[in-house]
Amino acid sequence: MDIANLLSFGLNTLLPILAGVLLISIPLMISVAYLTLAERKVIAAMQLRKGPNIVGPFGLFQPFADAIKMITKETIVPSGANRLLFMLAPMMTFILAMVAWAVIPVGLDFNGNPLVLADINLGILYLFAVSSLGVYGIIVAGWASNSTYAFLGALRSAAQMVSYEVSIGFIIVTVVLLNGSMNLTDIVNAQKDYWNALLLFPMFILFFISALAETNRSPFDLPEGESEIVAGYFVEYSSMSFGLFFLGEYANMILMSAMTVLLFLGGWLPPLDIAAFHAIPALIWFLFKVAMVLFCFLWVRATMPRYRYDQLMRLGWKVFLPLSLAMVVLTAAYVVYGR
Amino acid sequence: MEQLLQSYLPILVFLGVATVLAGVFIALSLLAGASRPDAEKLSPYECGFEAFSDARKKFDVRFYLVAILFIIFDLEVAFLFPWAISLGTIGEYGFWSMMGFLGVLTIGFIYEWNKGALEWE
Repeated sequence: MDIANLLSFGLNTLLPILAGVLLISIPLMISVAYLTLAERKVIAAMQLRKGPNIVGPFGLFQPFADAIKMITKETIVPSGANRLLFMLAPMMTFILAMVAWAVIPVGLDFNGNPLVLADINLGILYLFAVSSLGVYGIIVAGWASNSTYAFLGALRSAAQMVSYEVSIGFIIVTVVLLNGSMNLTDIVNAQKDYWNALLLFPMFILFFISALAETNRSPFDLPEGESEIVAGYFVEYSSMSFGLFFLGEYANMILMSAMTVLLFLGGWLPPLDIAAFHAIPALIWFLFKVAMVLFCFLWVRATMPRYRYDQLMRLGWKVFLPLSLAMVVLTAAYVVYGR
Repeated sequence: MEQLLQSYLPILVFLGVATVLAGVFIALSLLAGASRPDAEKLSPYECGFEAFSDARKKFDVRFYLVAILFIIFDLEVAFLFPWAISLGTIGEYGFWSMMGFLGVLTIGFIYEWNKGALEWE
């Protein structure tokens, strides 16, 4: 390949991709920033407080104030820590939370094509793989910090994430069985008549709960358990290395909501097949549904007490795993004999 | 093949952009933040005490057990994916083959359950 070829490849192929990446990642970062504000506002409202309301109108500039504060804080690397891994762990979490978005179709463009960066055939498998890798960031952080709390938190978190990942895997298999594709666009299109949430209602509930556990959210936020192991695996982190964990976790939350919407709630399809609903752009429908699922994440946090660790493991292995496995068999039987 | 690889190119670019972004964030905080380390500040946090021992010590074997169980079941999921997508074409024969496989695994699962591998006390 000579220089001219390389240049044209860069201009014609890489540049549009780069634009697409920025078009996804910048709104994502802003969403994460405002999700933190939304979380504080929603929980405040549920507890009859006001929440952040000083910085800007209704506290709308609060996320930016937080970001600036976080960046200007001192980065502390504990004396016993493995320096390289210590800095790498938050980057890993953040990078993995970002790259998963490459395959999420967020709506339709004017020609009816899906708005997605990489429309790969194995979309759902890719998401499953990337979200599995997320556990590395946590375990590396816990190991590298060389702090008892961080180590315990990382162990707990890793065990919890892998436990619920198994049921998430089975749940995804039921969806793949029913819709006959691993491409996320095809999965959404297959839900034209009935959303998967209707046909696989128990799986929808299980997926949502597993998503809470997978993102270490309340009521499964034991890895952080501030009353027992003081924030768990990121207890030693400060400044922006903590910030990257934070960003990664919230980006993962949005990702899990987007997955719930794509797999079960019909993606960007309107709830009823009527003209008035079709007038609203697909992107808006998608964002609206994601916001609704995210609201449920926050709602759960405001209302549910934290699980005990043995309860959490029992729920994962003795309830979710058999249930989702049985549902795989049932769905497969339906696919082969039912239709 | 070319086409297939092309569809994965955006993921690679995204990986690059995300890495750069993470690096920029860390670099920014290193530049903008103060750096006044002292021995107390750099010691691992243990509720105000000096660290009692190295944190990399023995831990409960159950975590290890969970990891092993996870490998078995995650492999099972990995087997299920190609089966799930082609069930429409392989039909009844494929369905019953997989039921045999799942049956064996279910027996293993029941055994683990009875042995108490899933208990947390």
